[in-house]
Amino acid sequence: MSDLRELYQEVILDHSKHPKNYHKMEDATHKAEGYNPLCGDHFYLYLKVEDGVIKDISFEGAGCAISKASASIMTSIVKGKTIEEAQKIFNNFHSFVTGKVDKTFDPNSLGKLAVFSGVSEFPVRVKCATLAWHTLINALERKSEIASTE
Amino acid sequence: MKLQENLEKVSIPFDVYKVREDFPILKTTVRGNPLVYFDNAATTQKPISVIERIRKYYEQENSNVHRGVHYLSEIATKEFEAAREQVRKFINAEFKEEIIFTRGTTEAINLVANSFGKTFIGQGDEIIISEMEHHSNIVPWQLLCEETGAKLRVIPFDDNGELILDELEKFLNERTKLISIVHVSNSLGTVNPVKKIVEIAHSYAVPVLLDGAQSIMHQKIDVQDLGCDFFVFSGHKIYGPTGIGVLYGKKDLLEKMRPYQGGGDMIKSVTFQKTTYNDLPYKFEAGTPNIEGAIGLRAAIDYLNEIGLENIAQYENELLNYATEKLSQISNLKLIGTAKSKGPILSFILENIHPHDVGTILDYEGIAVRTGHHCTQPVMEHFKIPATTRASLSFYNTKEEVDRLVQGIQKVIKVFS
Repeated sequence: MSDLRELYQEVILDHSKHPKNYHKMEDATHKAEGYNPLCGDHFYLYLKVEDGVIKDISFEGAGCAISKASASIMTSIVKGKTIEEAQKIFNNFHSFVTGKVDKTFDPNSLGKLAVFSGVSEFPVRVKCATLAWHTLINALERKSEIASTE
Repeated sequence: MKLQENLEKVSIPFDVYKVREDFPILKTTVRGNPLVYFDNAATTQKPISVIERIRKYYEQENSNVHRGVHYLSEIATKEFEAAREQVRKFINAEFKEEIIFTRGTTEAINLVANSFGKTFIGQGDEIIISEMEHHSNIVPWQLLCEETGAKLRVIPFDDNGELILDELEKFLNERTKLISIVHVSNSLGTVNPVKKIVEIAHSYAVPVLLDGAQSIMHQKIDVQDLGCDFFVFSGHKIYGPTGIGVLYGKKDLLEKMRPYQGGGDMIKSVTFQKTTYNDLPYKFEAGTPNIEGAIGLRAAIDYLNEIGLENIAQYENELLNYATEKLSQISNLKLIGTAKSKGPILSFILENIHPHDVGTILDYEGIAVRTGHHCTQPVMEHFKIPATTRASLSFYNTKEEVDRLVQGIQKVIKVFS
C-alpha cells in the first residue's frame, strides 16, 4: 500500500480531479494533440507564445489520473517560462521518471513534479506521465503529427 | 482408437483446486500477494504437461520436418503430423489436410485475406465483417480492399453487444464474397450466433470465416456442425505455446486458393521456368514450421480433452455468473457487454476512474487484468469510452479469486474517492 500511495499521491489525485488550465484556447498560437493508444489517453494542448515566452497554456481531453495530473501540473509550471526553460524542465523530468538520474539528484529541484517519483517504478506508466510533455514539445516545434509516447 | 475416443468422453468430476496444481505459474506471488490471473483472453497459462512436452521435444526429438531421411527427422515429422491429426479431431474437421499451421489467429486471417482474397475478390466486390471485430479481423480486409478496390460492410451491434442480424441480410448480395466474423468477442464476451450466420450466408452462397480465438477454449468446436468455411485460432489461448495457430479451411476452397508465401516445403518442384506447388496442407506452409509449437499445441489439446471441454464450459459459465453478479453489485461500475450469451469475459468501466489506474491498483494486489481498448477500437467508439478494464476467466480461476477482484475494485474506488 505504501508504494500505491507513492504513485497515487494526494497532489496527483487532486490535479486529476480538478485539473488546472483545463479549457480550450481559441486564440492559441501553437497547439498539438497527444495520444497514447495503449491506454487511450488523449489530450489537446493550447499555447500562446510571445517572444519565445509561454504566456499562456491550457489543455483538454481525457486520460488516466497520472496523465491528467501530469498535464495539469505541467501547464502550471511552464506558464511564464521561455521555450528553452520548458525544454530543460522536460529533460530533467524525463530523466527522473525513467530512473536515469544519479543518486545525487535532488527530486525537490523539480518542484511540484517531484510527486511523480513513484512512476519510475512502473515502466508502463512512464508514458502516461510524459504524454503532455511530448505534446508540448511537438506544439513548440510546430510538428503537425500527433504526439505519442508509444 | 475406438477405446481412446470413448475414454476421452468419460467425464471426471471437476476439481478446480486439483486443476490448479497442473499450472506451476499459479503459485507465483506478485508484490507479496498470490497471483490472480484474469488476463486469459490475452493469453492462457501453460500446464506442466505442455511445458514438459516441449522440453522432451528439444531433449530427444529436435530435428527439421519433411526433409531428412535420418531417425530424428522421422520422429519430428511423425510428431508434427500427429499434432495436425489431433487438431483435426479436436475441431472435427473432415480431412487432415484441411488443418494448416500458422503463427496464430492473426496470420491465419492474413493468409485467407491474401490467398482467398487475391483468388476470388476483385474491384467492387464486398466483404462483410462486424463492428465488434478485433483489429486483426479488420485491418487485413482493409488492406485487401485498398489493393483490389473491394468494399467492407460492417454489421453493427446493439448496446448489449449483440449483433443486429437484420443488417446482415441487407448487406448480402451477389457482390458479397466473404463474411469474416468473430465467434466470441474478446472485449464484450458476446457469443455470436455463428451457426445461424453461416446458414444465412450459405443461402446466398457466401463462404464464412469464423475467428475462433476466443471461443475454442471455452466450448467444443465442431467445424462440420458449424458449417463454416474457415475457422481460425491461436495455440497460446488454449493453454499451448505462442507462435502456433491454426487455419481450418474446407478442402475444395483451399485447393482453389493461391499460395500465401513462397519457400521450402510448399513446392513439389522448382525450375526457373515453372514451379509446381505442393499438395494441401503444405502448399500453405512455406519454410520450416513451428515444430515445437505444434507439438506443444497437441499436448495442450490432450490436456483439455483430459479435463473435458464440457466440464470446462460448465465451470466457466458458473464462474462467469458468479463474477457478473458480484461486479454488478458494485455501485459506479458498469459492465460493457451484456449479451444474453457470453463467454467468461467481463469488461467494465468505473465512473470517473480511468481503466489504466484501475489496472495499476489491481496489479498492486497481485491481480492481472487487461486495460485498454483490447484491439477493438470500434467497440470503444460505440460506447464512447477510451478503454475498459477486462477480467477474462479460465477454468483454473476460483470464486475466491473473483472475491479478491471485487475487493481490489473497492480499493480502487477508495483511493479515488
